[in-house]
Amino acid sequence: MGQVVLKGINKFFDSVHAVKDVNLQIRDKEFVVFVGPSGCGKTTTLRMIAGLEAISSGDISIDGNVINALAPMDRDIAMVFQNYALYPHMSVYDNMAFGLKMRKFERPEIEKRVHEAADILGIGELLKRKPRQLSGGQRQRVALGRAIVRHPRVFLFDEPLSNLDAKLRVQMRVELKKLHLRLGTTAIYVTHDQVEAMTLGDRVVVMKDGVVQQVGEPLELYNQPANKFVAGFIGSPAMNFAAVTVTEADGSLIAENSGLRIKLPDEIAQRLRGHIGREVILGVRPEDLTVAGSADLDHPCFDAVIEVVEQLGSEILLDMKVGESIMVASVEPTARVRVADKLRVAMRRSRLHVFDAQTEAAI
Amino acid sequence: MAISAVSATTLREAPPPRRQRLLEDERWLAFVLLVPTIVLLGMFIAYPFIRGILLSVTNSRVGIPGDFVGLANFYKIFNDGIFRTSVYNTFVYTGVTTVFKLALGLWLAMLLNRNFRGKAFTRAFILLPFIIPTVLSTFAWKWMFDPTFSVLNWLLYHFGLITGRINWLGDPDLAMISIIIVNIWRGVPFFAISLLAGLQTISPELNEAAAIDGAKPWQRFWHITWPLLLPVTMVVVLFSVIQTFADFQIVYVMTGGGPANATHLFATYAYQIAIGTGLLSEGAAIALAMFPVLFLVVIIQLLYIRRVEVR
Repeated sequence: MGQVVLKGINKFFDSVHAVKDVNLQIRDKEFVVFVGPSGCGKTTTLRMIAGLEAISSGDISIDGNVINALAPMDRDIAMVFQNYALYPHMSVYDNMAFGLKMRKFERPEIEKRVHEAADILGIGELLKRKPRQLSGGQRQRVALGRAIVRHPRVFLFDEPLSNLDAKLRVQMRVELKKLHLRLGTTAIYVTHDQVEAMTLGDRVVVMKDGVVQQVGEPLELYNQPANKFVAGFIGSPAMNFAAVTVTEADGSLIAENSGLRIKLPDEIAQRLRGHIGREVILGVRPEDLTVAGSADLDHPCFDAVIEVVEQLGSEILLDMKVGESIMVASVEPTARVRVADKLRVAMRRSRLHVFDAQTEAAI
Repeated sequence: MAISAVSATTLREAPPPRRQRLLEDERWLAFVLLVPTIVLLGMFIAYPFIRGILLSVTNSRVGIPGDFVGLANFYKIFNDGIFRTSVYNTFVYTGVTTVFKLALGLWLAMLLNRNFRGKAFTRAFILLPFIIPTVLSTFAWKWMFDPTFSVLNWLLYHFGLITGRINWLGDPDLAMISIIIVNIWRGVPFFAISLLAGLQTISPELNEAAAIDGAKPWQRFWHITWPLLLPVTMVVVLFSVIQTFADFQIVYVMTGGGPANATHLFATYAYQIAIGTGLLSEGAAIALAMFPVLFLVVIIQLLYIRRVEVR
């Protein structure tokens, strides 16, 4: 079992309010990812769960027992650190066995568990080496092994892949996912990389300035972001935003700014009835913009001038000037476009997002 | 053939002056750069050392050049009761103070490694005993151990722990304890600051990982901090042992080797015999008797440090 509940968690560092009233229920066997920019409180939250940081107020419980006052060793958790934190003077075997030795396991049991974990991670040949003799990826595996052998109720990961090179990071990401499916242990994972968050998490917690912005499954965050921050943070390249004023003409709603004038589709118009005459923020993802063809007549369209063409092979990113602002569109690699081309661009009507200009919350 | 050879020579640039050419040669350059160091080391270390050895095999005294006498001086000092006491004293003095300096210095370093208000100020403050000239601070200590004016006696008396005055420097055992105390006081800052520097190279994450792994505080110290600090500790102990073994100032100021030659160390006894009594060659022999011990200490510790580093 490994059900973790955070209830009204706050953290103050002197006068800095680093984590603000975090409430979260993590189910047994769930893989939850905390994501956000640096300084958003995600690592602090993880360290409070680990017991490395005191909780200013609120309760953390595992399987129904409040653990606020328990020492890290009594919480039955295992943590993987960003810099691996391997004991440099111990062999790989001793690193992995250390936690079991401290807990006074019998020697045969220690050996069995270490070899089991080493097999899972494919580091059986490295057991006699010192951490210094290992590559980054191997060290990361040893750090994982040290967590696995303990069979804890919860795994805590603090940006474990951020010190690896890009290729290895992708590979380890896949392995972490497999490992979680195999072990089924509850995992709480902190990262600043939204791709890692989306690919690893059963659920993702987006944080900013110590406040949880949204909790949801990856696609939920992607398709229904709760506010402008989540919309901009999740997805790459980032969502395009345009500040527009809502006006009414001939019974339908029009959104316009200096370079854009579109008729809002009915489903969005309904939600914006209360905002007529006011400014809202329109959001559309690059992949929901297309070069308008004859089939796109019922989608909102606007004119744009191409400024930069980025060929990625699988897609083309177009940096376009729309009035005063820049928008990015991701189009088919077969599209024939050149810099300075004038285009008619269509927005997929069902994929438009609108946010309140003041609160930035989704409307 | 002849013509072409001539024109080739005339085309070549004029060769640089001879001195400059020598400096272009790396072997010569290295030699030139090393000369100042060689001269300094030679004049102030090698020459006195060799003079000491030469002196120790003669019977020279102040004003008398003396003749070669072989190992007679060494034979003489090994049969000298005071020399034997000095040897014993030096080992006790070095052993006891090193243990205490290491223990207290490590303890202090661990305290200073925590976060607290006024950390920088305290760290600087700790160094004071190390900064004050030893002779000055030792005079202050001598005053504190003075039988009549001793502030220690005054304190102990007013707390009701003693009824009469303790003659700290007049009793052979107490005098030894007194100089040991002063040496520890003076040496702890060096240990504390050096070990603190060592502690700061140990990532706090390691202790956190160990805490999560189930290690209690003293287990974290024993399994993580201590082994990782060991190379630094060995270097610090090496320096301290050498310094303490050849210590002179504290004993000279505090007791002058007394009472009744009970607190002489190698250095103070060598000084007493050579300068005080004028038996230069015998003093040189006493001073040289230290050398094999120190040499052994250095060899053992350097080998050990290398082993730890290779590990």
